[in-house]
Amino acid sequence: MRVATGGPGKAAEFWARRGTIVLGGLTVASLAVLVVLGLFVSDPDYQQGDAVRLMYLHVPAAWIAYLAYGVTSLASALYLWKRTRSPAWDTLAGASAEIGVLFTGLTLVLGSLWGRPVWNVWWAWDARVVSTAVLFFLYLGYLALRRVPADPAVRARRSAIAALAAFVDVPVVHFSVEWWRTLHQKGSVFNRELNPTIQGNLAWALLSGVFAFTCLYLYLLERRYQLAVMEEAIEERALEAAIAERRAEADVPPVRVPS
Amino acid sequence: MSVEGGTTGPPGLARQVLLVAGKDLRIEARSRVALNQVLPFAGVILLLFAFALDPDRGLLPRVAPGLFWVAVLLSGLLAISRAFAVEGENGVRDALRLSGLDGAAVFCGKALAVAAQLLGLEVVLGFGVVVLYDLHLHNLVVVVVASLIATAGIAAAGTVYGVLAAGLRVRETLFPLLVLPVVAPVMLGATRAWEAALNGAPSEAWPWVQLLAVFGVIYVTMGWLAFGPLLEET
Repeated sequence: MRVATGGPGKAAEFWARRGTIVLGGLTVASLAVLVVLGLFVSDPDYQQGDAVRLMYLHVPAAWIAYLAYGVTSLASALYLWKRTRSPAWDTLAGASAEIGVLFTGLTLVLGSLWGRPVWNVWWAWDARVVSTAVLFFLYLGYLALRRVPADPAVRARRSAIAALAAFVDVPVVHFSVEWWRTLHQKGSVFNRELNPTIQGNLAWALLSGVFAFTCLYLYLLERRYQLAVMEEAIEERALEAAIAERRAEADVPPVRVPS
Repeated sequence: MSVEGGTTGPPGLARQVLLVAGKDLRIEARSRVALNQVLPFAGVILLLFAFALDPDRGLLPRVAPGLFWVAVLLSGLLAISRAFAVEGENGVRDALRLSGLDGAAVFCGKALAVAAQLLGLEVVLGFGVVVLYDLHLHNLVVVVVASLIATAGIAAAGTVYGVLAAGLRVRETLFPLLVLPVVAPVMLGATRAWEAALNGAPSEAWPWVQLLAVFGVIYVTMGWLAFGPLLEET
């Protein structure tokens, strides 16, 4: 996956690029299908009217957020496990977490936009909403930790442990918030029935949304990963240049200080 | 790895835990940072809550459990930061690494010291909410058990994230961001357990106490496994 300079790397690079283009094309096409299905083909909901169309974005975004965190955790675990340790897992974990945070934020914003016409509020203290918000901050912290400059191996190990520590927290957060809302106010307005059994063209639109967003996730992940690899290469090169410069300095005759 | 002379091996795990906890508590007893800074800080938080919510006699007692735990968390952050700041001075961290103590024991010792300080903080803050917010304590057993388990959870999670952030230049700002979302369930569980106990429905508190226990077990295990490698490399 490193930037290849020739030989067999060239062919791999060619096919990797070809794969990216295909994936990108698939993403654009499936998003176009989603637009058509979501905006024109699917019927408005009998209760929510056209507001239900936000579901085709909101639910896939939430799915991608979970998928992305799952990938981050898996990659972190693979990094920590000695037999599979490779810096590539660390890079993948970071790339996936970034996309995860992006889509968690998107889920919250879309949910808020959806909540306004349906629940009449921008924000409801619903269990899922709250646990998603906690998730958002958990991984924002993880990304902040990743950005702290350190030796790559140290940073990778530290980040991997932080990712797993955050990941094991997710079910606890989920249950606590779920109980909080159910033990505390039974039969709230914001119950789960807002998600009626989906059928017909609504289901197809939702399915196409999930597919399109999954393609988008894979595409973004691949791009972000490559970007990270290039960033690392630049860093390495800058370091080498700086070392060369220092070496050259030593060869320069000392400057005479006028007395 | 062994004590000089070689006749005695390294001390047992429990002894190692107590050594580390004793070291931290001794530093605390001598420097009095928790007593002179963290505790007054917690008191100020209690005052500020009253200012923000208007000491209307009806509102404060009702929200007191939540305010209590927020105050514990915020001042606890300072205590945990402090527990790792002392490692940064005079190369203590290197000394700890070279001491041959088990990473898990260092974790438990530090968490134990933090928990002891948090408990002291909670006693004083509890006294504060009773006096200042006019809170009436009932079902003390439930309250105490919930608080003990919650404290263990906060101390364990705080110690895991404390060592993650320790030694970083941005640790003061990064540490709260890392640890507060993680301990959100503790805050929620402890508050609800207190509320249930104080409202005379202690049976409703037990699910929360169980949740707190699960959280505590998860982070103690996490710290047990991860602390050694983190201490080695950061």
